[in-house]
Amino acid sequence: MPKIQVSEPLVSPDVLARVLMAGRGTGAEFSEVYIEDKRSTSAGLDDGKVEQVTSGRDRGAGIRVVSGETTGFAHTSDLSEKGLIAAARAAALAAKQGGGGVNKVQLGSLVRHPVNEVKISPDGVEKSRKVELLRRVDAAARGVNPAIVQVSAGYGDSCRRILVANSNGVLSADEQVRTLLRVSVVATGDGGMQTGYDSLGHTIGFEMFDENDVEELAIRAAKQAVTKLSARPAPSGSMPVVIKRGSGGVLFHEACGHGLEADLVGKSASVYRGKMGELVASPLVTLVDDGTMTAEWGAIGIDDEGHPSQRNTLIQDGVLTDYMWDYLRARKEGRAQSGNGRRQSYQHLPMVRMTNTFVINGKADPDDIVRDTKQGVYIAKLGGGQVDTASGDFVFGMTEAYLIENGEITEPLREGNLIGNGPEVLKDIDLLGNDFAMGNPGTCGKDGQGVPVGDGQPTLRVRSMTIGGTAA
Amino acid sequence: MSVEVPDLQKLADLVIEQAKTGEQIEAYVARGGETSVRVYEGQLEHFVSAQSEGVGIRIIKDGRTGFAYAGTLEPSAIDEVLAEARDNVQFGTVDEWAGLAEPDGVEQVPQKLWDEELANYPTDKKIQITKELEKLTLAADPRVRAEQSNYEDGWGETAVSTTTGIRESGRGNSCYVSVATLADDGDEALTGFGFSVGDSPKEFDLNKAAREAADRATRLIGATKPASKRVTIVLDPYVTSQFVGILSSALNGENLAKGRSLFADRLNEQVASAKFTLVDDPTNELAYTATDIDGEGLAARRNVLIENGVLKKFVHSSYSARRMSTKSTGNAIRGGFAGGPGVGCLAMQVQPGGKSQAELIASIDDGVLIQDVAGMHSGVNTISGDFSTGASGIVIKNGALAAPIREFTIASTLQKMLLNIVNLGNDIDWLPMRAVGLTLVIDDVMMSGS
Repeated sequence: MPKIQVSEPLVSPDVLARVLMAGRGTGAEFSEVYIEDKRSTSAGLDDGKVEQVTSGRDRGAGIRVVSGETTGFAHTSDLSEKGLIAAARAAALAAKQGGGGVNKVQLGSLVRHPVNEVKISPDGVEKSRKVELLRRVDAAARGVNPAIVQVSAGYGDSCRRILVANSNGVLSADEQVRTLLRVSVVATGDGGMQTGYDSLGHTIGFEMFDENDVEELAIRAAKQAVTKLSARPAPSGSMPVVIKRGSGGVLFHEACGHGLEADLVGKSASVYRGKMGELVASPLVTLVDDGTMTAEWGAIGIDDEGHPSQRNTLIQDGVLTDYMWDYLRARKEGRAQSGNGRRQSYQHLPMVRMTNTFVINGKADPDDIVRDTKQGVYIAKLGGGQVDTASGDFVFGMTEAYLIENGEITEPLREGNLIGNGPEVLKDIDLLGNDFAMGNPGTCGKDGQGVPVGDGQPTLRVRSMTIGGTAA
Repeated sequence: MSVEVPDLQKLADLVIEQAKTGEQIEAYVARGGETSVRVYEGQLEHFVSAQSEGVGIRIIKDGRTGFAYAGTLEPSAIDEVLAEARDNVQFGTVDEWAGLAEPDGVEQVPQKLWDEELANYPTDKKIQITKELEKLTLAADPRVRAEQSNYEDGWGETAVSTTTGIRESGRGNSCYVSVATLADDGDEALTGFGFSVGDSPKEFDLNKAAREAADRATRLIGATKPASKRVTIVLDPYVTSQFVGILSSALNGENLAKGRSLFADRLNEQVASAKFTLVDDPTNELAYTATDIDGEGLAARRNVLIENGVLKKFVHSSYSARRMSTKSTGNAIRGGFAGGPGVGCLAMQVQPGGKSQAELIASIDDGVLIQDVAGMHSGVNTISGDFSTGASGIVIKNGALAAPIREFTIASTLQKMLLNIVNLGNDIDWLPMRAVGLTLVIDDVMMSGS
């Protein structure tokens, strides 16, 4: 089975229409059926052994009913008409408004929005080939240096078929295929243990491994761990920070991405509320969220409300131009949604989420950015982050960083968090490179739900950030 | 378990009966549901009522392991899962220690895990409580806005059967309310939260949740960024709970076996201040994560991990125990039917000290009360021990709380911080987390700011 076949819809449009009507049975103005069928395979190697290959199947429907300001939601793993109608009635009851009567639902014809052409469906690839990748990663990482004492590697693929229908007539489908490989390494030396990590993930099939060298990935992670064995404690206090291309998109994800989500803005829980049209960042910064970015980890054909993904410019030359929107928030403002209504699975309510969020190229030569920095920190790899959108304070971890002394990258630093305030840091970006790259695949967590997201940026400098090290 | 779930046990039994010669099979079957209520500005924002179920099957043959799961209990789907798990076995590497748990004769300590009143609690009352919490929060302080007021409950039933003789089933339910607050400070707003847990909603202390949520947001109004310096930090119980929780990874016997514990080779050595005693005790009913069995179906039990600062024990599942030539400590953990068991602490408890938080603060000339931390997942490495998190809190000056501060980090290493524990509070707080909360005083931590 080399290609994913264009398959029958998961549930027939006739049944969907009846379920949507049941959802509006108590007089609610909006009902929605979200059907998901996800197959996944994962394999883990640790301590030199392939520990376990896992196959998973998650299939079910989430039904949402909106009445006034109230959303009712129910989900079920029973995709029969009976099961769906029961869930729709539960959701309708949950949205609980008077009125009564049946509201006719007329569905449009099914629109398919395949996010990407998958060349090699992971479903059709022998599991032994997937496991073989892990063995190659293990061998390559261990080959880097005798200081490498432990390697763990994970492979995962998933094929997620979704079908969304709502009482406004939307009927759309998508098949999202994602493939992922990750490696973490432990190295040991006189000063204790250090770790290295790298990952590769795209919204494509097994062809990802024709286009990317897994050994290279393993070697990068191993070298990161070995380098850190001689790392000195990171400095403390505020200083210039240079962030390497493709490693610091998480900075924007935290510094302003979450704060531009319309649900948080709507509750005045974002420091970017009421700032439309204002200068919120250095004029060097143009920030885009783009779900159509083929093959990137956050790419989607449709969002989880059935809206086609799109490219949205959020900040143009430093000026705030738009927030990100889902159906409910857009409806409230009487405007169009932006393809940012996403959910973890059929068991979850959709909310405003990012897709692939990135800053486009500036003009500076990346080498000049380092040369121009007398004293500071160069970050080659960032870890995760966290933001308080209301105050704008955010942190992100540096997993591979170096000192910059007199315009040169010098000694490696131990791990730590950096802290800053979103609007202040955005205004403090004083150099932006011309070497844009996307970063590692990420999982963004919000309100207990995780969704795949991508980020990217060219090499850039922030004039001043607080480094959470231990050195004085 | 205390209450059996015969129909799920039957499903699990039916799976393991299909074992072929030389196969060990474990079937883990689960079913559960949740209610989620959110209120905003006096209106019901959402009401979620959901049920889910599924099965995970693990097969071990000739030292190789395979696993599969499905989010359904339809008989045909279970057959498919069994076939997939069996197919997956061939791709595993032979591991001489691979195997399922076997009954070890340790008796379960009965727990009250199911509350009948919660199970029958009326929906409209759940909504009413959530509205009430929002109202109380707004009334607690005029400077406070409520971002969301929530009620959540959940119930679960599980059964596990293995060809090695484990047969356990049980059910549990729980509920809590929480409220998130905002207090405006110019263009910015400061956030707070409060919550209350109980066996049933009648045990909620809504006033306390509202008060805490209002205090947390308002006490940081006007906060500034501090200058960098070395300080004594006083961790609020909620922060201590997170700090203690991350130690689970270093005390994990599987991490030890695989060379990933910073406590490797330190057994019976002084790894923490003599004032620090850490116990994992899921048999203590007061703990939010109390349980009677672990993720493999063995009895949960009390384990002393660090006693007066001396490392006494690592926690084990049957697999890590076999590797380390010891016995399972009943610490297999499991996230649900979609994965096999791992290893971890179940309910971590720190032996309290003798003083209240106020008394501890009164004894400090120059320090910081840490109210909240951010980035525990991005700036703390439990293998190297490097510790760095964002923080907010209140300066302690000559034994009294002074100005609020934010946008700074605190950094050290886990190894040093444990040795630098100088005092513990008597203010045990059974938070809805894996580890208990209490006030913890740690010396010589780098505070990084301007």
